Amino acid sequence: MYQYNQDDQTLIEQRVSQFRGQTQRYLNGELGADEFRALRLMNGLYVQTHAPMLRVAVPYGLMSSKQVRKLADVARKYDKGYCHFTTRQNVQYNWPELARVPDLLAELASVQMHAIQTSGNCLRNTTSDHLAGVCTDEIEDPRPYCEIIRQWTTLHPEFAYLPRKFKIAVSGSERDRAAVQLHDIGVYLVKNAAGEVGFRVLAGGGLGRTPIIGKEVRAFLEKKHLLSYLEAILRVYNLLGRRDNKYKARIKILVKETGLEKFTALVEEEWLRIKDSMELSEQQIAEIKQHFVAPAYDSQAASDTSHANQAASNLEFARWLKQNTTDHKVAGYRVAFVSLKAPDSPPGDITADQLDALANLADQYSFGEIRSTHRQNLVLADVKQADLYALWQQLDALKLATANIGTATDMICCPGLDFCSLANAGSIGVASEINELLDDLDYLYDIGELKINMSGCMNGCAHQSVGHIGILGVDKNGEEWYQITLGGSSENEAAIGERLGPAVNKARIPSAITEILDVYLEQRLDSAESFLQTVKRIGLDSFKTKVYANH
Amino acid sequence: MQIIKDRQLVENTWQFIADEQELPANGDITVTANRWQEHHDLLQAHPGKIGLRIGSTDFADTISGLDELALIELDFPVFTDGRLFSHARLLRSKYGFKGEIRARGQFLADQVFYLSRIGVNAFELESKLIPTALAALDDFSVFYQTTAA
Repeated sequence: MYQYNQDDQTLIEQRVSQFRGQTQRYLNGELGADEFRALRLMNGLYVQTHAPMLRVAVPYGLMSSKQVRKLADVARKYDKGYCHFTTRQNVQYNWPELARVPDLLAELASVQMHAIQTSGNCLRNTTSDHLAGVCTDEIEDPRPYCEIIRQWTTLHPEFAYLPRKFKIAVSGSERDRAAVQLHDIGVYLVKNAAGEVGFRVLAGGGLGRTPIIGKEVRAFLEKKHLLSYLEAILRVYNLLGRRDNKYKARIKILVKETGLEKFTALVEEEWLRIKDSMELSEQQIAEIKQHFVAPAYDSQAASDTSHANQAASNLEFARWLKQNTTDHKVAGYRVAFVSLKAPDSPPGDITADQLDALANLADQYSFGEIRSTHRQNLVLADVKQADLYALWQQLDALKLATANIGTATDMICCPGLDFCSLANAGSIGVASEINELLDDLDYLYDIGELKINMSGCMNGCAHQSVGHIGILGVDKNGEEWYQITLGGSSENEAAIGERLGPAVNKARIPSAITEILDVYLEQRLDSAESFLQTVKRIGLDSFKTKVYANH
Repeated sequence: MQIIKDRQLVENTWQFIADEQELPANGDITVTANRWQEHHDLLQAHPGKIGLRIGSTDFADTISGLDELALIELDFPVFTDGRLFSHARLLRSKYGFKGEIRARGQFLADQVFYLSRIGVNAFELESKLIPTALAALDDFSVFYQTTAA
């Protein structure tokens, strides 16, 4: 993974000093609340229901074991012994004390971590495929380009006060696992007719109140032009994006209101002007790529097949192996998911002790690296198949081996009313009720691949609009109600879910979910047809009839 | 009053003349982009230097005779209005403006580092904020992006 040089380190240390000064001036009454708000947000610090919330950046979801130990350390010293992984592959602490945040940031800086631009109306953390570099369907590893983008976005002097937040995602594989089409800018590595690898660039996607799928602004961009193209898009957006209404300020509204053709023409005009002055040289790209060379894989790894026998004699291990591991490009290796969706724990949460133990497992079994996914799980990307059984036993003891990756209980969920000052609904409580409902593993596996995304309010932090089943908390006269959508997807065939009907009361959610799953099980062609495929084939009518029949 | 210019404290010699005010007989003055466009000849005849005070929606491509100007003031309506950051950048890199670019109005001392990186070389702020702003010019000694030409 990328290792900081002296300049990178200096930059984040100076950022800590800067924020320390700003915090001090605020506490002394020399800096107003509104001014400090903008500055603290750009250092990831929100003021929430109970206490500040600090969001730490995990660039494109990649962490070293050393960094994970530091996250554990910080969770103990500044929080209540746990933290939360978000849909942007970042980490959140819910209880740090404002006056101590500069110290917390200084600790993070000691392991090349920071909270720069994890909030506020600025360029946010660049996200990517959690299987980058190890998956079997990759055109090219996206991480070097993510790092190039990370550096360009970090403290960009011109684009720190955008109309609204701005998110970029990069995918390098055939299958989109990074929700690229739902980003302000989405970048796919693609091969053109001549066999050259470059970028396909989308703009104007986004979730939140008005979910929109990104539109292609350039079918093929040479690698050397990556940053000039991004800069051109950002400049057009910074100058023309709406600033009169927070809910119409994202680039998706600008693209929609300007029209794709005109928007693209504005971008291209600016790009033509600046492209020669911002070229990335082959050497620059090669230098960054050196940070992402493959680890020293064991060429004999495939010869040990003991895991197959272990699976044959241990049902729980077999389930985990099938559900929580996936193919690796190197023979004899598998990618292991660490489920943060244990039934009795809020989705995405992890304790300091689990983090420490996981850091040790990463050192022992996966070259000391851990990844976060946009579905709020973790990944040990390079596990030898011979080590899988031992890894599973230890993960199981840590309650990190719930064999539910990709299933209905692998829900994306926001912190909701329990923590967030914006929420209308207690998403975590509802998630736990759905978990109880789906505690029969045979039933869960029979339903198969299903993405349930649940947000506690319109801001849609948990991407409910692209969940196969989306659940959105709404407030009705002080009561929690839930709007259900079906058929959303954030993958290659990205789609915004369709509303099933009127919102249902909180008490009705578990039965409504059961009814929806019943319709699927009754109507699917066979067990190979996924929930999403069935919804697309039969439409919403049968689901509506069932859910609203007696109400 | 004193302002920061090229990292030094200097006395401000400029006066802003609002559209409804008559032009003074002499002295360095800034006017709106509108007035500059409409009364170009009259302003050219003014014995002092001429500058513009532009807002977030005054795009440089609609302003002619930029090279006749000695100063462009970026008038921040609110510190979160990032359009003026891009205007500054474009004035330097696209329009080749060599004169003084000055931030004024509702911007923060904490923003001067970024502003200086995109071509703003003068800052007009409340005198009590000047020490903070001068220090903030050195918030960072390293950066990733290219500077404004």
